[in-house]
Amino acid sequence: MPDLMLEIINKYNYWLYIILMMIGLYAMIAKNNLIKKLVGMNIFQTAIILFFISMGYKENATIPIIMGGHGDTAHKTIEASQYINPLPHVLMLTAIVVTVATLGVALALIIKIYQRYETLEEDELRMRVKQK
Amino acid sequence: MTEHYPAFIILFPLLAAFINSGFTWLDKRLCCPVTVLGLGGSLYFGLEVLFQVLKSGPIVYHLAGWPPPMGIELRIDNLSALVLLIIPVIALINIMASRKSIHDELTFKRGPFYTIYLLFAAGLLGVVATADLFNLYVLLEITSLASYALLAMGNPDRAPLASLNYVFLGVIGASFYLLGVGYLYIMTGSLNMADVHSILPGISGSSAVMVAFVFCLVGIWIKMGLFPLHTWLPNVYTYAPTSSSRLIAPLMTKVMVYVMIRLMFSVFGLDYIFEQLTLQKWVVILSSAAIIAGAVMALAQKDLMKMAAYIIVCEIGYMVGGIWLGNTQGMAGAVLHIVNDAIMTFALFLVLGNIIYVRKKTELNSLDGIFTSMPWTMAGLVLAGASIIGIPPTCGFFSKWYLLLGGIEAGASLFVFSLILSSLISAILVFRIVEAGFFPSGDNHAQDHDAKEAVLNEAPVSMLIPLGLTSAGIIAIGLWSGYIVQYIILPFIQQGVS
Repeated sequence: MPDLMLEIINKYNYWLYIILMMIGLYAMIAKNNLIKKLVGMNIFQTAIILFFISMGYKENATIPIIMGGHGDTAHKTIEASQYINPLPHVLMLTAIVVTVATLGVALALIIKIYQRYETLEEDELRMRVKQK
Repeated sequence: MTEHYPAFIILFPLLAAFINSGFTWLDKRLCCPVTVLGLGGSLYFGLEVLFQVLKSGPIVYHLAGWPPPMGIELRIDNLSALVLLIIPVIALINIMASRKSIHDELTFKRGPFYTIYLLFAAGLLGVVATADLFNLYVLLEITSLASYALLAMGNPDRAPLASLNYVFLGVIGASFYLLGVGYLYIMTGSLNMADVHSILPGISGSSAVMVAFVFCLVGIWIKMGLFPLHTWLPNVYTYAPTSSSRLIAPLMTKVMVYVMIRLMFSVFGLDYIFEQLTLQKWVVILSSAAIIAGAVMALAQKDLMKMAAYIIVCEIGYMVGGIWLGNTQGMAGAVLHIVNDAIMTFALFLVLGNIIYVRKKTELNSLDGIFTSMPWTMAGLVLAGASIIGIPPTCGFFSKWYLLLGGIEAGASLFVFSLILSSLISAILVFRIVEAGFFPSGDNHAQDHDAKEAVLNEAPVSMLIPLGLTSAGIIAIGLWSGYIVQYIILPFIQQGVS
């Protein structure tokens, strides 16, 4: 049992992202309101962003900016273990842009739906679609 | 100059999209020529690249001169050159066919429509050309975002709802893919496909690699609409404006199949997939189920548009199953089917677009006398139908033949059975349309029949020429499928197998 606890505590970032992701997925599946579904979608995407961010982290490391940049000191050896991995963070900048764009498109669609049906509850929408 | 051609293929439509967004404000009439120019440029460079690839093997291009593990790489081999060619061809023919209906249906949205249209094409071309896993995700999302917007422009009652549903599922699919890429990155520390491919054999026992593969695969399956993940597909294509569903229906799903092939061949490797994982049997069963389910649901539809959408669901089963058969015949059939199915579905949707343009509806019982009033369009339908059934001179026969041989070789009797069953069902579908056209259905017989009989009410010539071109393509590709398989597809598969 302590082994399992240790396992969970050591890798708590992965557990966290899975929990967040499941919250998002639950909202997307179970919620009736389209905006709530959208919030769920956003939580889902954010969970993956957090997963990527946390994978670049290293114990006792600093931000990947090399101090004393130019001139004579520039070519001193760099220990990779002293700096956190910046690549996943850079990737996530792009992923955040994608997330925002998706959210924008989805909101625009929701506005269109609201103008047409004047409701965002899924069960009511389904009823009105059938009436048309 | 020639070494930059791979980048030009993507840059032309992308640049044209930017220019178009400017012309939206200045002069809408220029949007269409700019679109044609952008796609034409990418078609020209696509052809050049195809000849280069056939002459001297795969082309590697480093964007901005950064060498691979750090920089982004474009890699074009036989298969990607082939798919890179289909995209601008279909997009161009569709512009030609849709010009009138875009003008009528989307008068004020013309500028944005052409802009998003180009972005969609650029995204797809990028997905096909890239050799970087994360870059593929970004381009996939560009494509998907463009398709959400294009598809939502249709029927204002249903299209936004269907499109929103597609957004939710599409996001889940893309996120799964991204998650898989994350696992791969943790395990290998690289995002370049060739680089990952060379590192993976050393750690292929790891369960994280397997999870990465499954996440990527399921993500791509959602995007391509493999049964039972297809639920977003039929509504979206049915309620979209014809000009955009004609572009997206043939291309989106096929390019996603291409992505799956790319992941299997160039990232994880066939050895890993067929020898270390025990998924093969189950995926073939799943795709057989997809074929049967797609065919049966198509049979249950009363609307031609929905019927066509379910035929796509069925065809996806062919391609996924063919690849997962794991032998050369099956894979060759599946790859050939990417080309054939793109053209067949395109022809089918062109026909439906013509019918919608003239008659405004596509229900089976509204087809009275359609063979006398729209003879050319219906000739196209019969040809596309023959290809979907798989009747010899048309291209559909040849890919189905390879798939059948592959299925028999692999001993996948369920797959072979479902292939034959779905061919029979497609035959029923086509004859049902013929029947509805020749023999008017009961109730509206009395009032409509006399009025519609023998009046020639054909779609405009500008919509018939594209259909003629595509129909010629169906037969031409059928006749030359031997060459395509021998010179383009087989070398690609042998590279993957060795």
